[in-house]
Amino acid sequence: MPLDSTPQDKRAFKVVGTRPLRPDGIDKVTGRAKFGADATAPGMLVGRILRSPHAHARIKKIDTAKAERLPGVKAIVTRADFPDHTNGDAALFDILYNIMAREKALYEGHAVAAVAAVDAHTAREALKLIKVDYEVLPHVTDVDEAMKPNAPVLHNTILTDGVEPKPRKPSNIVRRYEFGHGDVEAGFRRADIVVERTFKTEATHQGYIEPHACLANVGPDGQGELWVCTQGHFMVRDTCARLLGMDISKLRVTASEIGGGFGGKTTVFIEPVALALSRKANRPVKVVMSRDEVFKASGPTASTSIDVKIGVTKDGRITAADATLRYQGGAFAGSPVEFGAMSAFACYDLENVRAIGYDVVTNRPKQAAYRAPGAPMAAFAVESVIEELAHKVGMAGIDFRIKNAAHEGTKSSYGPTYGPIGLLPTLERAKQHPHFKAPLGPNQGRGMACGFWFNFGGQTCVSLNVNSDGTVALSVGTPDIGGSRASMCLMAAEELGIPYDKVRAIVADTSSLGYNDVTDGSRVTFATGMATIHAARDATRKLCARAAQIWGIPEEAVTWEKGHARPAGPNAGNFPPMSLAEVAAQAGATGGPIAGHYEYSADGAGVSFATHICDAEVDPETGATRIVRYTVLQDAGKAVHPSYVEGQFQGGAVQGIGWALNEEYIYGKDGRLQNAGFLDYRIPVCSDLPMIDTVILEIPNPGHPYGVRGVGETSIVPPLAAIANAVSAAAGVRLTSLPMSPPRILAALEQQNAKRIAAE
Amino acid sequence: MKEAAALLAKEKGSAFVLAGGTDLLVRLRTGFIEPDLLVDIKRIAATRSIQVTPGGFRIGAAVTGAELGEHAKLKKAWPGVVESANLIGSKQVQGRCTMVGNLCNASPAADSVPALVAAGAKVVIVGPKGKRTVPVEQVPVAPGRTSLKKGEIIESILLPKRLSRSGDAYLRFIPRTEMDIAVVGVAASVTLDAKGVCIDARVALGAVAPTVLLVPDAAKALIGTRMDDKALDALAAACSAACRPIDDKRGTREFRIKVAGVLARRAAQIARKRAGGR
Repeated sequence: MPLDSTPQDKRAFKVVGTRPLRPDGIDKVTGRAKFGADATAPGMLVGRILRSPHAHARIKKIDTAKAERLPGVKAIVTRADFPDHTNGDAALFDILYNIMAREKALYEGHAVAAVAAVDAHTAREALKLIKVDYEVLPHVTDVDEAMKPNAPVLHNTILTDGVEPKPRKPSNIVRRYEFGHGDVEAGFRRADIVVERTFKTEATHQGYIEPHACLANVGPDGQGELWVCTQGHFMVRDTCARLLGMDISKLRVTASEIGGGFGGKTTVFIEPVALALSRKANRPVKVVMSRDEVFKASGPTASTSIDVKIGVTKDGRITAADATLRYQGGAFAGSPVEFGAMSAFACYDLENVRAIGYDVVTNRPKQAAYRAPGAPMAAFAVESVIEELAHKVGMAGIDFRIKNAAHEGTKSSYGPTYGPIGLLPTLERAKQHPHFKAPLGPNQGRGMACGFWFNFGGQTCVSLNVNSDGTVALSVGTPDIGGSRASMCLMAAEELGIPYDKVRAIVADTSSLGYNDVTDGSRVTFATGMATIHAARDATRKLCARAAQIWGIPEEAVTWEKGHARPAGPNAGNFPPMSLAEVAAQAGATGGPIAGHYEYSADGAGVSFATHICDAEVDPETGATRIVRYTVLQDAGKAVHPSYVEGQFQGGAVQGIGWALNEEYIYGKDGRLQNAGFLDYRIPVCSDLPMIDTVILEIPNPGHPYGVRGVGETSIVPPLAAIANAVSAAAGVRLTSLPMSPPRILAALEQQNAKRIAAE
Repeated sequence: MKEAAALLAKEKGSAFVLAGGTDLLVRLRTGFIEPDLLVDIKRIAATRSIQVTPGGFRIGAAVTGAELGEHAKLKKAWPGVVESANLIGSKQVQGRCTMVGNLCNASPAADSVPALVAAGAKVVIVGPKGKRTVPVEQVPVAPGRTSLKKGEIIESILLPKRLSRSGDAYLRFIPRTEMDIAVVGVAASVTLDAKGVCIDARVALGAVAPTVLLVPDAAKALIGTRMDDKALDALAAACSAACRPIDDKRGTREFRIKVAGVLARRAAQIARKRAGGR
């Protein structure tokens, strides 16, 4: 990407960096906004999905005859209605298998059949009439158990990749990854102190408030429309079209407003099923998941088991770091262990480093992305050991981290050499923060941790239309999950030199724009933002050309400055500047509509670092933990809309607090999920949380004209470790398993007391 | 009330009473139950009021948590009962939920039930054979099951008149701060004499057995003492000993046993303070 010649940190912004109301705000607080389940269509049917009650079972036969005869039932689909169009694309076949079970049901909740009926009651009755003949098979849900040689094997096709020689016997280990550099063994030989620990984390769910919902409408001519709550409607279109054997052009997908995604809505679950039902019934079909279905059959994140070993010299310099990470990502390949292994040691400047990752399948729902996929668990393990090492060498955790922190020029643990990065500034700022020096109350402890996330660019396409009254309509193709429409309007207004409220951004449907990658990887403010800036520059070039035409001077003799076309210099002629509105008003007479476009594959997403400080209070008699103070310090590159940047910082911290303290997928011996609801899957409620304090640092990303870095994901990386370190400081015991629920903390405290008594 | 009972008695299929509906509607929506008959009792006048009677208080079956919290006299006499009912659900749920519903849902973890048991509350039951009055602890018999017979409805709860120098309290353990279900619940009600000696006590535990437990040994540990550390230790031990909990998704057996003792001690101290003890 061409970079602005102006040094970014000196650029004075007029609109970017202000905090206007978001364009979708009023609709959302008044209930006017339309979410996934809010769409209706004439003749609409209700779609419901029958799900496997077994964790692992061969499906011998599915008998739908009785259900088909029930009055009001208009269509039933099973595996027979989903022929394999995937042409050897293994990842696509996994999606096909996940949306409707084929030879086997691979987890409790795996879709087995679906019904479209005239009402919900009839649909529910019909599901009861479908007879599925299962042969129940042994199951496995724990990652370490699944790796054992005698574990029940899910897929006979999995022969571990990445090991030499390649095994000939199928197992649950999909692939081995390895990252790093230097000589780890030699590094450990040089260490004065080595700490080695094993950690476990339970699977958690993104916990978005809006369940998956869609309305599919396929006509007899094979043309379809889909209204859906998703993070990426182009992905939904392409995936559904390929799974169902449709031309991409025959499916138009519109993204609804979205009630949270956090990565969980970057794939398809119900959408191809709704389309198949609609195609078969020749009627619109709406499918809305219940919360129980969301827990059992959407995509939580991985549960993990991680070994970390780090060696240091007496004066606190790390000599070697080594980790083995085992992540189960449910019944199909693709746990985020690769990102876990890549990011585990990314915060440190290391001579000798190695991270090995194993991607493992188990009888659980196929995982989906969850905010910085794979990184929080790795950071929990590594940052817990870092804290322990710091204490062993007699250093404060923060000084130990400053001493070993990665900086510009560091060769990262996953390969690339860092450009300008913000880790040290967040650490130094943390040390100066009042929170760091605030006194602690009884039973309270302070912890900290650092975190890293890659950030992503990706395919993006934006259109910007200049209206005749000088307002601007901006069309983007990335669903707005964090206030991005406001940020896009800010950047367009900045470039065009017009007020924020003259620009209106929408998320356009798939037939209105070129392909856009999903809203993920903290990419939208960076990539869609950069496309918006370039689309605006494309528009200003055209606006200048129109002014040149009006003035009768060459196009090159006109520049765009402060919202006006102006003659480039005295030689160009003496014309009064024309505002955007003035040029736009004459568009019809000077060549027609004026629009700016930009399409590209964005590169140069700057990596992002954060430091978190946490105070926890532990009740020594019950093990109950309260987070009493929490501060997030993170590099945003450039905060386009600071309120939404702060919101991202706070949101990630809160999800991390839930993950650290109470959230977990609890499986029974029968392989069934025991807590598929918000009563027993405990996300934090408001009164559980302190106000999350935030500090935005701005170390410009050279890959973006304004210096923007993605901010959405890094904030969930440090909390697990920051809280574990705080709990350890408060309670005097270190927990190596998440969640640190009260029974676990109390058991650890009792164990420690018993040991102390035994020693006395 | 009689007509409502008659409707329930006549129905051959599955029939349920609807008051606040905060449990029933959830079960309906999730398809857990598919009733043939719902009898909504909250428009029956007798179910809607809190009456101060010579014997104490009569609380109608459809009186909501929020209404309990707004009743100054009730709150003054039985603060533990009111706080237990007010812990249920959220602000919105409080506008609907009822103590009788909490009792008839027959969950061992019901928040208001230990407090009612500790208070010595009774319920008035209307049925095909007329009215009867039974102690609260006799209503739940197992998780999800009550001793109510077909066609019977609880019309009201009777709380005894409060003696002077008395206090009660309810504490529960939840992993969060609200919107949660008790992992352990403990209610204590005490009466002191002029010298601060405990002359009467009732202690009840929730979520540590198939039904809410009244623990006579816990009361014995307090009666005749000034509720000093030694008595509180004995109370905690008696409560832990009475627990017959299970390991489940909400907590381990060991955790519940330990925390029952911890909370009993804390609840008794609050009750003592409310009774004017120093």
